[in-house]
Amino acid sequence: MIAELGHRALSVALVVAILQSTVPLWGASRDDTGLMAFARPAALVQFGAIALAFGALTHAYLVSDFSLLNVATNSHSTKPFIYKLAGVWANHEGSMLLWVLILALFGAAVAAFGGNLPDGLRARTLAVQGMIGVGFLAFMLFASNPFERLYPAPIDGNGLNPLLQDIGLALHPPMLYLGYVGFSTTFSFAVAALLEGRVDPAWARWVRPWALAAWTALTAGIALGSGWAYYELGWGGWWFWDPVENASFMPWLAGTALLHSAIVVEKRGALKSWTILLALIAFSFSLLGTFLVRSGVLSSVHAFAVDPERGLFILLLLAIAIGGSFLLFAWRAPSMEGGGMFRPVSREGALVLNNLLMSTAAATVLIGTLYPLALESVTGEKVSVGAPYFEATFVPLMIPTVLALGVGPMLAWKRGDLTGALSRLWVAALAAFGIGASVLYLRGAPIGAALGLGLAVWLAVSVVTEWTERVRLFRVSLGQSLSRALGLPRSAYGMSLAHLGLAVFILGAVGETFFSAEVVRFVRAGDEIAIAGRSVTFEGVTKRSGPNYEADVGTFVLPSGDRLESERRFYPAEGQRTTEAGIRSRPDGDLYAVLGEPAGEKRWTVRIYVKPLVMWLWAGCGIMVLGGLISLADRRLRVGAPGPRRASWQPAHAGVADSD
Amino acid sequence: MIRALALALALFAAASALAVQPDEMLDNPALEARAREISAVVRCLVCQNQSIDDSNADLARDLRKLVRERLQAGDGDQQVLDFLVARYGPFVLLEPPRTRSTWLLWYGPFALLGLGVVGVAIAAVARVRRTAVPEPLSPEERSRLNALLSDDAASADATGEVER
Amino acid sequence: MRRLLFLVPLAVVIALVGVLAWPILEGRDPRSLPSVLLDKPIPPFELPGLTVDSSGLSAGELAGRPLLVNVFASWCAPCRHEIPLMVRLASEGVPIYGIAYKDDPAATQAFLAQLGDPYRGIGVDRDGRIAIEFGVYGVPETYVIDAAGRIRHRHVGAMTEDVARRTLLPLLEDLAQ
Repeated sequence: MIAELGHRALSVALVVAILQSTVPLWGASRDDTGLMAFARPAALVQFGAIALAFGALTHAYLVSDFSLLNVATNSHSTKPFIYKLAGVWANHEGSMLLWVLILALFGAAVAAFGGNLPDGLRARTLAVQGMIGVGFLAFMLFASNPFERLYPAPIDGNGLNPLLQDIGLALHPPMLYLGYVGFSTTFSFAVAALLEGRVDPAWARWVRPWALAAWTALTAGIALGSGWAYYELGWGGWWFWDPVENASFMPWLAGTALLHSAIVVEKRGALKSWTILLALIAFSFSLLGTFLVRSGVLSSVHAFAVDPERGLFILLLLAIAIGGSFLLFAWRAPSMEGGGMFRPVSREGALVLNNLLMSTAAATVLIGTLYPLALESVTGEKVSVGAPYFEATFVPLMIPTVLALGVGPMLAWKRGDLTGALSRLWVAALAAFGIGASVLYLRGAPIGAALGLGLAVWLAVSVVTEWTERVRLFRVSLGQSLSRALGLPRSAYGMSLAHLGLAVFILGAVGETFFSAEVVRFVRAGDEIAIAGRSVTFEGVTKRSGPNYEADVGTFVLPSGDRLESERRFYPAEGQRTTEAGIRSRPDGDLYAVLGEPAGEKRWTVRIYVKPLVMWLWAGCGIMVLGGLISLADRRLRVGAPGPRRASWQPAHAGVADSD
Repeated sequence: MIRALALALALFAAASALAVQPDEMLDNPALEARAREISAVVRCLVCQNQSIDDSNADLARDLRKLVRERLQAGDGDQQVLDFLVARYGPFVLLEPPRTRSTWLLWYGPFALLGLGVVGVAIAAVARVRRTAVPEPLSPEERSRLNALLSDDAASADATGEVER
Repeated sequence: MRRLLFLVPLAVVIALVGVLAWPILEGRDPRSLPSVLLDKPIPPFELPGLTVDSSGLSAGELAGRPLLVNVFASWCAPCRHEIPLMVRLASEGVPIYGIAYKDDPAATQAFLAQLGDPYRGIGVDRDGRIAIEFGVYGVPETYVIDAAGRIRHRHVGAMTEDVARRTLLPLLEDLAQ
């Protein structure tokens, strides 16, 4: 009964979405405020209906209603509560429902918080948001109905892949979708602007919070996914350049570029058509990701059970959405140029450089991900594009990016003073060089490690230098500096934190990549395992029963006396095994122990890793997210807030303090 | 269909278990290190985007052993890879060889960056030529600009128009 | 000129949609891998038989006439699925040879005793090394070999009636002429 209600609610949402995507547009073209005003309640009702449907499916999972096909295939009565809940989005149909829920959530948010938007822009934006909703709601109702009944209902369900029964993976999809789908808002704003044929700094000011919100969520989502892979897959990897990972990374890169170029539009009225294009591209990448995960054209560890027909449906939606918006772009954007002039060496110039590098990076990931498909279609040859390719192309692009990142915020708008900026960064340069040289010569580290650490230090010290310049530390009294520090806009802190987060991330990545150690051995209880100058004792294996699994638990004793446990779990409902690594995280690095297969009588395979600095990798992502959140809290960025145009008291060299 | 299911299960097993086993490893640490390096760039054919070093699949294990045997027999790293390519094609390499059919893959990104740099430069020049709406300028900037662009007549009346 | 520039993103999107649509419309399986040994001679090999007294299988035996080589194992479910078809084909006179991949000979014998034995000769590849020489990446696989001992076709996965009648048998007939 409740399931049927959910299904009805989806149909209602589709009807509302159809109205939402037409009536306000019509109203906007006739300048009829009454018709335009239809958009806001429609967006709210659409969200309400989808939330109802989502609630219905969640209910079915929580009460284990196996008369629903979706629940029977993906759940089991013995599953713990949290994984019954997470099971809702751990499958194709349910995750699609989450997708449209978040889409409608953003539409409703624009409707609710967009009070200051001009009527026409708001009506058109919500109409475009409605159109995306129409496409995906139709896809659900016609090709991916989560409420399909199963008759006769089985006694119990098939269960959920135990790898997915993990808190990290339960949280990761909602967060990732908030980011992915969040870019639908900037997409809708961009299409609305194209329809109106007008982009102005006010438009950029309205778009930026949405871009920032999506970017922040996406950063968190990617970090959660990477963290899950690190501790759950049992070999301590955190990024595999898998097509589906790449699919989440491309919108991130495009979104990062968008955040930066929107600043130029807002402050200087330049880069308008480019910013529009980026807003279209960011969401296009999200759609591409949705397609790749569900179509099966690429093999990936993360893909859902695939279905070519569904793939074609999504591809059709993708072609209409992206093709249509790019056609509109080709038609309307050429008349949109103009805006402030600037020198190549200026804040704007630095932001353009950022955009150039970010877009090239995104294009590189795109090329690497889709090249095997294209090549096979054209010549029939099959190639694999794996991590070594991305390490050879993507990573080098990040070197100039980080170098420029240190300087960019020091440059003034319109015309910057490069020598001046560089001369103020001598501490950063010296520190970077010192660190690089010392790990190279004193520790005999590889050149890549020296370079990476040098870049991390360069960026971190640059960020701090920029901040001390802003508050004029040691040049005015400490009290004055403090009041300046308190007076800096939150978006300035957001920018500094995001950049600092990147530096911290690089530190962790370099530590893990270049300094990890690994030992794989057969051991018996009491054996000592020497690794990286430490000694770990294997205590032996005991049995343990979990809520829906049986486990062998291997215990390891560290030199500090701490104990680590690694489990080999067997889930009878699913008939599958997982490994839970034992991890001791410390700022200087992780000790990561995995109990492997039994290798004869009372003998086990174990694998121990030492992963220096690895926690900083996620700490860096966390700092970036924090930066995003603080920026979002900036009064001037409040959705639709008109805000003062310029604060005149700021030091001239830093120009307008901002998050870039 | 059945096969797809079987593969899906095999994949799962691969994801949850360990890869290289102690009994596969070579006693010679230098040779073993080379074997690990090679294994990291050889694709496990039955898994999805995993190297044979990361995979627990049966075939991956066989290939790991094979790599070690070839190394012990005195093969160079490239010879080992060539041996595998001769049987499974370039698909087995996670780092695609630089051939005519992959030059777009390898050099495309850098070509794009170059194009982007040229594009930005052209746009910047065109913009300077085209733009008739400069920013409000400070007096000394104005005099310097006037010296540079003596024929610029439009600047005076458009001054101040930042947001249209 | 400038307007054309604004069409570039659209062109890229169209190309992209083409790249993505092609594999679906073609029904391509991302896991399938064409054999690099196509039109090349089968690798030289010599495998023991199922029992001490039964003769094994060697590359030399496979030359002289077009035939099928089937790589199988008793532990592989799709193999179990395709064996009845293989038996039927064999009864129609199609020469089929088997390579038992990483299987215990006793298990192979039980498997064949239960489901029927379509093979004119069987070689036992205990460590799977010969399969690697063939470029095998999953069982079952079926190869079409011509009279000169060259590999002309490879089918990966369980054989179906459809594939056999439409592809393999016509190819074998062609090769016989």
